[in-house]
Amino acid sequence: MNSQELIKELCETTAVTGHETNIVPLLKSAFEDFVDDFQIDKLGNFAAVKKGNSDKENPPKILLAAHMDEIGLMVKKIDENGFIKFSTVGGIDPRTLPGQKVKVHGKESITGIIGAMPPHLLSAEDMDSKAYKLDELYIDTGYSEEELNEIISIGDVISMDRELLSLHNDYVSGKALDDRAGVLMMIEAAKELQRLNHEIDVYFVATVQEEIGVKGAITSTYDIFPDLGIAIDVCHGLMPGVNNSEASKMNDGPAIALGPQVHQDIFALLKDEASKRSIPYQIETNNSPFGTDAAGMQIARSGVATALISIPLRYMHTSVELISLNDVKYGAQLLASSIAAIDDEFLEGLRCY
Amino acid sequence: MLLEKMINATGISSREKEIRDLIREEIKDNVDEIYTDKMGNLIASKGKEKDGPKVMLAAHMDEVGLMITEITSEGLLKFQPVGGIDKRVLVSKPVLVGEDKMAGVIGAKAIHLQKKSERDKPIDFDNLYIDIGVNSKKEAEKHVDLGDVAVFSTKYEELGNGRVIGKAFDDRVGCSIIAELTEYDFDMPVYFVFTVQEEVGLRGAGVAAFDIAPDLALVLEGTTAADVPENKEHRYSTSVGKGPALTLMDRTVIADKNILTGLIEVAEDNGIDYQFRRTDAGGNDAGAISLSREGVPSAVISLPCRYIHSPLSLIDLDDYNKMSKLVKLYLERLARKGI
Amino acid sequence: MLEILERVTAGFGPAGQEKNIRELIKTEIEGYVDELKVDNMGNLIAIKKGNGEGQKIMLAAHMDEIGIMITHIDDDGFLRFTTVGGVNPKHLVNRNFVFEDGTVGTVGVEKLDSYKDLKLDKLFLDIGAENKEKARETVGIGDVAVYQKKFNNNGQRVISNSLDDRAGCAVLISLLKEMDDSINDIYAVFTVQEEVGTRGAGPAAFGIEPDLALAVDVTGTGDTPEAHTMDVKLGNGAAIKVMDRGSIAHPGIKKMLAELAEENEISYQYEVLEFGATDARAIQLSRGGVPSGTLSIPTRYIHSPSEMLDLDDLRDCTNLLIKFVECEKLAKIYKK
Repeated sequence: MNSQELIKELCETTAVTGHETNIVPLLKSAFEDFVDDFQIDKLGNFAAVKKGNSDKENPPKILLAAHMDEIGLMVKKIDENGFIKFSTVGGIDPRTLPGQKVKVHGKESITGIIGAMPPHLLSAEDMDSKAYKLDELYIDTGYSEEELNEIISIGDVISMDRELLSLHNDYVSGKALDDRAGVLMMIEAAKELQRLNHEIDVYFVATVQEEIGVKGAITSTYDIFPDLGIAIDVCHGLMPGVNNSEASKMNDGPAIALGPQVHQDIFALLKDEASKRSIPYQIETNNSPFGTDAAGMQIARSGVATALISIPLRYMHTSVELISLNDVKYGAQLLASSIAAIDDEFLEGLRCY
Repeated sequence: MLLEKMINATGISSREKEIRDLIREEIKDNVDEIYTDKMGNLIASKGKEKDGPKVMLAAHMDEVGLMITEITSEGLLKFQPVGGIDKRVLVSKPVLVGEDKMAGVIGAKAIHLQKKSERDKPIDFDNLYIDIGVNSKKEAEKHVDLGDVAVFSTKYEELGNGRVIGKAFDDRVGCSIIAELTEYDFDMPVYFVFTVQEEVGLRGAGVAAFDIAPDLALVLEGTTAADVPENKEHRYSTSVGKGPALTLMDRTVIADKNILTGLIEVAEDNGIDYQFRRTDAGGNDAGAISLSREGVPSAVISLPCRYIHSPLSLIDLDDYNKMSKLVKLYLERLARKGI
Repeated sequence: MLEILERVTAGFGPAGQEKNIRELIKTEIEGYVDELKVDNMGNLIAIKKGNGEGQKIMLAAHMDEIGIMITHIDDDGFLRFTTVGGVNPKHLVNRNFVFEDGTVGTVGVEKLDSYKDLKLDKLFLDIGAENKEKARETVGIGDVAVYQKKFNNNGQRVISNSLDDRAGCAVLISLLKEMDDSINDIYAVFTVQEEVGTRGAGPAAFGIEPDLALAVDVTGTGDTPEAHTMDVKLGNGAAIKVMDRGSIAHPGIKKMLAELAEENEISYQYEVLEFGATDARAIQLSRGGVPSGTLSIPTRYIHSPSEMLDLDDLRDCTNLLIKFVECEKLAKIYKK
């Protein structure tokens, strides 16, 4: 599959936070030709392992992490008229929901729509000033309460029903690009590594439950305990109303983060490799270490040197997230060539301050 | 004086190089081993081979500061805080930018130019800029990179009555006391740990504790003293001049009863003034250390600091000396009696 | 079960000072377990060994309750305090609190323009002391008080302080007394400091290294007038938690609990809670991860002095949990 086809498959597969097993077969087939082994851990983190050329008994390891979970909703009550009241899984803005088509995953997956009051019945004042609150929203499936109770249970997950669209200029838009775009970057990096020599063993980990507290990254990193780790996630893309401090340009290369969660040696390595290979990149400043798997990875056990590469993305946490596939492609190249550049000297230096 | 050197040194969360080098230089000849880990925590130990409880003494090297996030077309630097800073203390202050410590100022629109409605509201980070005296973005970029950090340029200075002003008493006072304690020998294994990134989420301490696996931990901190006009007595938290403050409970830890009792006994037996930290707000490295592995009994001793996390804060040297004495005597008792 | 519940709710044990309740629970379960130990945090760990061919299961119910800690004694003998755990100021006005030694105080409030201004620092505890010296004879800075204890039972439902989470403790105690031998190793942990951030459970799990874990705690209901929308109802059975703001239950554990309930005709309901967390949050992230879930006891008015549960729900939770720990097919939980 090429990138366009793969990202479409990745985004259109459902894997809501806490319920990620669904996407694992697709990941296996995507990584199959590029890695040596697969592992799944106790919380469901999926690792594709590519051995390096080191002949040491305990070769050094690098852990790349991109989260496979997507935000979604969850059934919290079915009312007597058959409308589904729901809660959020991960950070969803209720204002983006009215008019959205969804899939409710019970014994079967059924389609529903998130209803909203018609404008005819609302006052101008309401429409101007009051945003929809979560408790006012509901899902209409067309089924009655009795029928629904046969198919759906309290606690079933709900995903956005949205096809991935190809726009101009290698832009794609859809749901779950946060962080399937990162997963795509890992797959492409694995492919790039085929033609490079690298000493270090590479663990490509599709993590679980990032959206509710980077939980998969915390446990996976404890388990694998790599010498260093790089998280691959999305960052905000520039658009009206968002200023330069908070966002990166679209289609201008991946953003290399600089912040408390980033080890300065890895930052320097990524920057140098990007310059050497003429790979476009941007710098993203973070005044806080939180917000991505890097935060969970860095403090595992006695500490892991970490870094973060981000794909600029507009309209985060909506069903029309937008990225440039070029940014993903360059990110993959950058990761691959940086991994190939890691040697013993670099690794020993990570503890030198 | 060591405390003075430490106050004047720079070291924002994740950029603790200057303070770390200073501490390492000061203590390396006093200890058996000294090393840094992957996050930059500085860890030293003495007496590993001895019997007795393995003690971890911890203070954080990092201070709060600012990170440059954007350079405007006029060459002004926009920034975000690293660690918790009340934005209202920033306007009209001098700072030092980057590793070269360039002088800069956080300017404000002159009052003459402000609308009446503006004067009542605090100025938001989005409207604050550091000016380093250049005329364009291009010129600024010769001196500054995105991600560079800036600290308050306050220097240590003595006032009347044994009171001292400076920046970063939180937590250079802890670092200073622990560094001074490396001169002594205790009859048990002691780890002197200078942690990183406390101000951005207690990040360094947990990994150091995991590595060391101590039997107990004492965290030395700088804490709020709000014993000032306009505040009611029950909201002071701590008072300057009343001795070191013992934490009962804060947002991240409940102090271990046994350690707390031991500290109180030592203070009372030796006539050392002490007080309780009477607020449960805030947190510190004890929060991370106490939950490491199977749990580590922990306690926190803090020096009262007025105007903490601002460019200009105030402490009492008498409190500092009492705190140091209390910790030393407690360690000696610990070696004799255990927890 | 009712008597156990009444006894454990009476135990004094605010977060961080669980000594009394720990001793009380110890006496309840001694003789029913193979081993009892207390770890660094003060968690009480009761072990019933299996035959080595099963799973190592960690069960967690927290012993600690919420309370108030004295931070200041003024010249007139009035006490100022902060909260230990999630105590809402609106639950405090004119309530009685009791200290470890039995001293009782009542909460007064400063003059307010509007009840919207009700905040912690407008409250004070009055123990009836004439002045600071008198007050200091009975209380000190750092002392903690809890809601005055009262247990009411109408035969079907109980109204009491501290059902959160002494109800969970009662479930574990009953389980240890009633369960048959199992192939699984059971580590029933009475945890500390849950109310201040699920603190005891993580270190306990680190020490035990369980294969899987279940927290047993209370959850809210949606069955009172104009309640927050929630499907859980008192009397509808053991609540199998799907999600709260602390964790999402392992789908395999959720499924196993539902299957066991169906097979054994135990009433159950699914629970989605839009706030709060249980010990499962901490246990799940221990070491390389532990598949975890929570079995919940539906409870109204959580964190108030008067919480309410249904005795049938309590019995359903106990029966379901017993079936779970006796189950010989728990390895099924990990199958994809």
